[in-house]
Formats: sequence, C-alpha cells, structure tokens
Amino acid sequence: MRPKKAKKIVFKSAEEMPIMICSVGDQTHNLTGAWRNIRPEIDLSKCIKCGICWKFCPEPSIDVVDEWPVVDYDYCKGCGICAEECPAKCIVMVEERR
Amino acid sequence: MSQDTKKEKKFTMTLPPEELMACGHLACQGCGATLAMRYMLKGLGQKTALCIPACCWAVIDGPYPYSSLDVPIYHCAFETAASTATGVKAGLEMAGDPETTVVAWAGDGGTFDIGIQALSGAAERNDDIIYVCYDNEAYMNTGIQRSSATPYGAWTTTTPVKHFKNRPKKDIVAILAAHRIPYIATASVSHPEDFVRKVKKAKAIKGTRFFHVYAPCPTGWKSRPEDSVKLARMAVQNGLFPLYEIEDGEKYTLNLKLKDKKPVEDYLRLQGRFRHLSPEAIAEIQAEIDVRWARLLKHVEA
Repeated sequence: MRPKKAKKIVFKSAEEMPIMICSVGDQTHNLTGAWRNIRPEIDLSKCIKCGICWKFCPEPSIDVVDEWPVVDYDYCKGCGICAEECPAKCIVMVEERR
Repeated sequence: MSQDTKKEKKFTMTLPPEELMACGHLACQGCGATLAMRYMLKGLGQKTALCIPACCWAVIDGPYPYSSLDVPIYHCAFETAASTATGVKAGLEMAGDPETTVVAWAGDGGTFDIGIQALSGAAERNDDIIYVCYDNEAYMNTGIQRSSATPYGAWTTTTPVKHFKNRPKKDIVAILAAHRIPYIATASVSHPEDFVRKVKKAKAIKGTRFFHVYAPCPTGWKSRPEDSVKLARMAVQNGLFPLYEIEDGEKYTLNLKLKDKKPVEDYLRLQGRFRHLSPEAIAEIQAEIDVRWARLLKHVEA
C-alpha cells in the first residue's frame, strides 16, 4: 500500500522535458515530516483497530502493517487529527525532539 | 479483549483501500481539502482526469513535473474549470474513451464567484462531468480574502473585525438545483463513508453532477489543526451544513436526519475568525440556520 519513494527529477535541457502537461513523478522526495512540532505516538496495547486514524489522516501517513496502524514519520506533519479522533484515546501527541 | 484475539482481529477499513494520493504534498497541517480529494479519488478510482483551476489544490499538488496524485491533471485558468472539463470530456470521447470520468475540482472562489458562468454554462448544456467545489469559505490560497462563500460575521483580511462580513453565504446548491441537473450532493470530510457512497453513485449517472464539499481550513479559520474534522462534524450536526442529495432538481433526500440541532455557538467559539461576534450576532446566525433548515425540510417533505 505504501507509495514508492521517488527521487527528485532534474531535467538537463528543455528537450528532455515532456511535451504534454503530465505528472511524471510523485512528490515523495519531499519529506514533510520536517514541518512537525509534535509527533503522534500510538499505544498499540490500547488500540482497537477501528481504522479511524487511517481514515482521517490528511497526508495519508498512517500505514497498515500486519493489521496494525503505524505512523510514517517521514511524512507526518503533526496535525493531531488522529489523536483528537481516536475513540480509544491510544494516540498521544508528544513534543518532537531532534 | 485479550491480546491473542486482538492480534487476529482485522484492521477495520470502511473506505476502499486504494490510495491515489501520495505523501509529500504541500498542504498545511490539518487541511480539509486534502481529505476531500483523498475520499473522492477513493470513490472514483484510477480512471479519472482532473481539471484544477487556481485554488489551494493547484499548489498542494506540487510544482511541475511533480504531482502528488496518481491521475492526470489539467491546470487551467481560474474561471474555466467547468468549460475545460467539458473540452477534456469531448476530446476523450473523440479519442474513443467514454469510460474516463472527468472531474472539475475547484475551490469556493473558483465556483461561487469567478467560475460561476462556466459552471452555469456546463450545467445548462448538461455536459457529462463531475464538478466538485471544496468549500473553505474564503480565498485561502491567496491569503484569506472574502469570497461569496464566506459566512455572515466571519473575519477575513478584506473584511476586518470592525467591518466583518454582514451578508449571508450564497446558496450555491439552490442555484445548481435551478439548472435541473441530474445529481447534486453536499458532503463533508467528517462523513467519508457518506461521501464515497455519493461519489460512486454520481459516477454511474450521466450528465452534470455537482458536489459541494465542506473542507475546514485551520489557517484561514484560525482554528487548531486537530479540530478540522471536529469542526466539519459540528457544522453537520448543528444544521449549518446539512448532508443531502437532489436528483433532477426536484427530489430532495436528507442523508443525516437530525433529531435536535446542536447550538451553533460551540462551533463558532472554536474559530478565531468568529471571536469578535457579540451574543446578538450569534443569535442572528442561529436564526438564519433555523430558517434554512426549515426550508430544506419543506423541500424534503414535498
């Protein structure tokens, strides 16, 4: 389910550019996790697998790995919607330390 | 629940698992418009072409040659979302591809103000397109200017606190219903199952289909990013943004029946753009909502 990690595209000349306006690569080289001030941490022992964090993630940076939700910290912007919406209250937002 | 039974339990997915929106896009934290796009693409699938005029999504998507979406996109001029989609659809039909769904995806400025003549023209010709307006209630991309979708009492940079907007929001759904197009629906990012169901229903219908999607904007509404989905849900529950469908401009269906509406004050107090409102102004907003709600119920019962 995870989108591929794309590399940055560099055109060396105008001839290399595609003529049609089309998307030739996704933006996954842009690691938006650097924008984050607070990070979500999931306490899996309290998780009820309701899928609400996955459903409401605007990135979408919550993956499903072996039927458990896992946050992809490369892209999570730390908006906190998952922690606010979680019915089991198993996601907490903690301060980011770099 | 013991740990073993929990391990076996499947992760609940109430939406289609396909993800056509990739990470790394340029939206603000807690953006409602990205959620709207994600749900719409989940409903429509890969065979979709998008026409996006100048709006937040023209930026979120990424600069050329990148795109966060796994579908083709046509970036068009501000006022031409509907007419570009008409042209793309006609071109696809000429090329022998009647399957692809063509979607015009515009913000509230590109729908309510600038794009309304193109939209009205496409609706009158009943062109086979889906038009989605994601409504964040101002020109958010250019710096929170007032649009005709801005509600009564809201602060924007062009309607400052001393002269806040004193006109109500334009009723775009009623304008489109007057065009007698086959399908009109309102949707909210807080009710994704309902949104995806409506998108799948619209995909099967031929003719102009219109969606009005409520997409909160933490940056412009001066609300907390984590409250985005909560605000959208509150707007549905207090009758400010009811979820309903209109078929052929006549048949109204209310999707979420409210037993008693919640007061609008809790919703207004979560947003910095309504901080200056006096109790009298809030009572006025509540009265306006009650009038609109009664009018909608009359349509549904008729």
